[in-house]
Amino acid sequence: MTYTIDGKTGPWELVIGLEVHAQVTSQAKLFSGAATAFGAEPNTQVSFVDAGFPGMLPVINRDCVAQAVRTGLGLKAQVNLWSRFDRKNYFYADLPQGYQISQYAHPIIGTGAIEIELQDGSTKTIGITRLHLEQDAGKSLHDQHPTKSYIDLNRSGVALMEIVSEPDMRSPEEAGAYLTKLRQILRYLGTCDGNMDEGSMRADVNVSVRKAGEDYRTRCEVKNVNSIRFVMQAVEAEARRQIEVWEEGGEVQQETRLFDTARGVTRSMRSKEDAHDYRYFPDPDLPPLVLEQSWVDQLKASLPELPDARRARYVAMGLSPYDAHVLTLEKETAAYFETVAQGRDAKIAANWVMGDLFAAINRTKTSIAEPPVKAEYLGTLLDLMKDGTLSGTLAKAVFEAMVETGKSPGAIVEERGLRQVTDTGAIEGIVAGVLAANADKVAEYKSGKEKLFGFFVGQTMKAMQGKGNPALVNDAVKKLLS
Amino acid sequence: MHPTDFTLRGAIEALNEGLLTSEELTRAHLDAIQALNPQLNAYVTVMADQALAQAKASDARRREGIAGPLEGLPLAIKDLFCTAGARTTAGSRILENFVPPYESTVSGNLLRDGAVFLGKVNLDEFAMGSSNTTSSFGPVENPWSRANDPDTRLVPGGSSGGSAAAVAARLALGATATDTGGSIRQPAAFCGIAGIKPTYGRCSRFGIVAFASSLDQAGPVARTVEDCAILLRSMSGFDPKDSTSADVPVPDFAAACARGVKGLRIGVPKEYRLEGTPPEIERLWEQGLQWLRDQGAETVEISLPHTKYALPTYYIVAPAEASSNLARYDGVRFGLREAAKDSDLKDLYERTRAAGFGPEVKRRIMIGTYVLSAGYYDAYYLKAQKIRALIKRDFDQAFAGVDAIVTPATPSAAFGMDEKQDDPVTMYLNDVFTVTANLAGLPGLAVPAGLDAQGLPLGLQVIGKAFDEETVFAVGAAIETAADFRALPRLRAGV
Amino acid sequence: MSLDTAMVRRIASLARIRLEEEEVGRMQAELNGILGWIEQLQAVDTTGVEPMAGGGAVSLRLRDDVVTDGGMPEKVLANAPDRAGGYFAVPKVVE
Repeated sequence: MTYTIDGKTGPWELVIGLEVHAQVTSQAKLFSGAATAFGAEPNTQVSFVDAGFPGMLPVINRDCVAQAVRTGLGLKAQVNLWSRFDRKNYFYADLPQGYQISQYAHPIIGTGAIEIELQDGSTKTIGITRLHLEQDAGKSLHDQHPTKSYIDLNRSGVALMEIVSEPDMRSPEEAGAYLTKLRQILRYLGTCDGNMDEGSMRADVNVSVRKAGEDYRTRCEVKNVNSIRFVMQAVEAEARRQIEVWEEGGEVQQETRLFDTARGVTRSMRSKEDAHDYRYFPDPDLPPLVLEQSWVDQLKASLPELPDARRARYVAMGLSPYDAHVLTLEKETAAYFETVAQGRDAKIAANWVMGDLFAAINRTKTSIAEPPVKAEYLGTLLDLMKDGTLSGTLAKAVFEAMVETGKSPGAIVEERGLRQVTDTGAIEGIVAGVLAANADKVAEYKSGKEKLFGFFVGQTMKAMQGKGNPALVNDAVKKLLS
Repeated sequence: MHPTDFTLRGAIEALNEGLLTSEELTRAHLDAIQALNPQLNAYVTVMADQALAQAKASDARRREGIAGPLEGLPLAIKDLFCTAGARTTAGSRILENFVPPYESTVSGNLLRDGAVFLGKVNLDEFAMGSSNTTSSFGPVENPWSRANDPDTRLVPGGSSGGSAAAVAARLALGATATDTGGSIRQPAAFCGIAGIKPTYGRCSRFGIVAFASSLDQAGPVARTVEDCAILLRSMSGFDPKDSTSADVPVPDFAAACARGVKGLRIGVPKEYRLEGTPPEIERLWEQGLQWLRDQGAETVEISLPHTKYALPTYYIVAPAEASSNLARYDGVRFGLREAAKDSDLKDLYERTRAAGFGPEVKRRIMIGTYVLSAGYYDAYYLKAQKIRALIKRDFDQAFAGVDAIVTPATPSAAFGMDEKQDDPVTMYLNDVFTVTANLAGLPGLAVPAGLDAQGLPLGLQVIGKAFDEETVFAVGAAIETAADFRALPRLRAGV
Repeated sequence: MSLDTAMVRRIASLARIRLEEEEVGRMQAELNGILGWIEQLQAVDTTGVEPMAGGGAVSLRLRDDVVTDGGMPEKVLANAPDRAGGYFAVPKVVE
């Protein structure tokens, strides 16, 4: 069923393509030896190359190239063994060289595809047009001084992958799912940390609208959207704006727009005095980038398991498709789950991770990367249940104690004496006491009020501070009542 | 003999034998600069204190027996090479007060080998010019003058006019220079000295203010071919900081100067016989070929069919690259800033660049911007790149049959400062013989070979195969020996 | 192809070079002189010729991913015409 937005003249379809700028995970910049770490003091991670000083020359970082190739392989895309860097010429305060080094005519990665999962359980394939390497610009701060902008070049020269999709998406949900999936793949590959708050991933969103059966109409580009939620909102807002323009007899102008997150609308960027003319040409400081097939093969052989493959493996381990999906969303969750499930029942492990652990993370406002309970401890807890040391109830108590104290389950069991009682003689003694103290209820039970059975079990467990083995308590109650 | 009269080789021997110290040699040069530079304007910045300190340190090293190959030799550095802590202007107002905190690889190599830097020498602004008249620091005067017209001040050629004039007038034993379309060879020829543009990639471009990256090469100028060979060996070498630097061994170029030319095949390109070339240049060329034949070489006519397109090709490629390379001069991080009270950023850029760049630089930026712009790229820039490939192919085919090519270095001798200034294209024709080697990335050496009727020096050019500077030096030294060029400029130290 | 004054102004704007009104005509004439001379290249048959971009090496050398540079804000800012603390400063930019 096609997603549409209803205008005055009827339903409109959306056509959406995304250009994602993903910061390459690397120690040093693409063409200089300056650091890339986030959050440093202004202009402290700047070489003379990054600041565009006279006579400075770019030299490319091997690992950044490898990250682009890995990403290409992860997107099942064509790796171009011959690619080239061009200069994109324009003046801007945070563009020190007066040009951006980018791969315009000959990108390192060609066409590929991503499969996205939608709410209704269906999947859809989104085409990747290309991926290329380029330098990031610096940062302008416009709010520090009434009449001046301040320039920090720490980001200048940081390696970016620009990943361009085909205009294959048809709804905000699909755009969100695409970005989610792309981010997931990048994080699995370790080629981009996907941290949108820190600007490691930004999306330019291309949106147009059309009536069913039409060709593409004019599109607009919404620049620099920095969260998945905002991308979905920007798509919707921009589509509604365009529908209104068309329906009022106007014409959508191809332009660059910004998404105003506070007001939930897109607005035109200040019109440029110049029409853009980037005067791309091959960067004469950089010979072509030529890769050996054998190197690409090596990178391919060392790729980690990607989300789709991992999900399939979890299903094969006995998990439901839904559980497999949830556990593979974040690489860290999957890693946690695998530690817990290692040599244990996958289904039980999944239930604990998705149930008690997720609840504890929410409650304690922590994250799977720094979990409130170590994966190894949760695994041990499962072992203690399996060997009968702990009942389910006791296990929950131990888990909560682990969240509070961070101690191992073994230590908690010892300290608090939470070991399950399995001595049938001792259990029967306590059951006998319970029955003696509740002679009236025993009589009622015997006259047919059988649901009181649970009452006796509960009283026994209570008397045992929950430490009785539930099956043995059951057996004892049954035996002494008969 | 005055200390400034030493060749570089002679000075090395004199220092080794203890006949004089680097301090004495350096002082003699600084005195000569003080005496002659006000007229020649070859030096933009004289670094007297630093030079003397370097010389003393060099003498100390020599006493300790740890002399480098250029130990104690006073040199001039083209003001296009960044020198740490010393102002580097590129001959432009826009960099008038720029002090780089880093050293170019080439000048760093010279310091490593013990050289003393006398100062930074003048050049055409951003190396764009063939007469050294486009410098923001005023024109350089050629130390030579016409025998029958000594009052007409002549240009030293460009862009390395300060380098060539300083060396010719004995204000330095040698100098660094750069060559994008002929900027080493043309001024060397105009000033009666030798100069080589090595193979593209031989010298690192790191720290040299860029003009046209795919054409720029550093090289030396000096008074003999052997002196050029000695300097080039120190300047050369692989540099990981330049992605276009060639990772190839650096041979002993000076040793190659003595190889002789016996058995070599020398190509004589017929397309270099241009209409309008003065007959005395044609005669000198023929004379040079005869000298080589006399020493056992064979000369063969070859064809480089795309030669006539080289200059217009160059005047697309070089301005295109320059328009981009010079975008960084925007008044934000270094250099001149011009702004009105209410300037926005674009206005600041436009005022800064209008005030900071001279007319020739602006022209080339404009041409370069145009040939790269949408709708014109294919017709101009891409077309030029293709013709560049054809020019390279011409050389590849020619070098299948010859070891080196010999041509005139320039289409004329040095001209007057007020001549040829009306029309940019007339000025561009100065590079007609030299520009092909830049487009093809090949080594080219200019060697003084004779005088014209007015007593002005004329040079011949030797072009070699890529990374075969050794043959180029052998042929150049053979011409030099036969020419026995002893004429001296009117303005020179020690007179 | 010859340039009209509007094109000369447009190129100057792209190149961020302020041209005074009285400079436009002279610049136009000079540029057209150069472009007219360059025009001869159109006569060359370049069918099937691969463009030659660079001068030398056939492929890029790749450097190791190691931090070897930066950490010198004072040197980076030392030549700045206008700075504010650790930043370069320019007239306020409105996006």
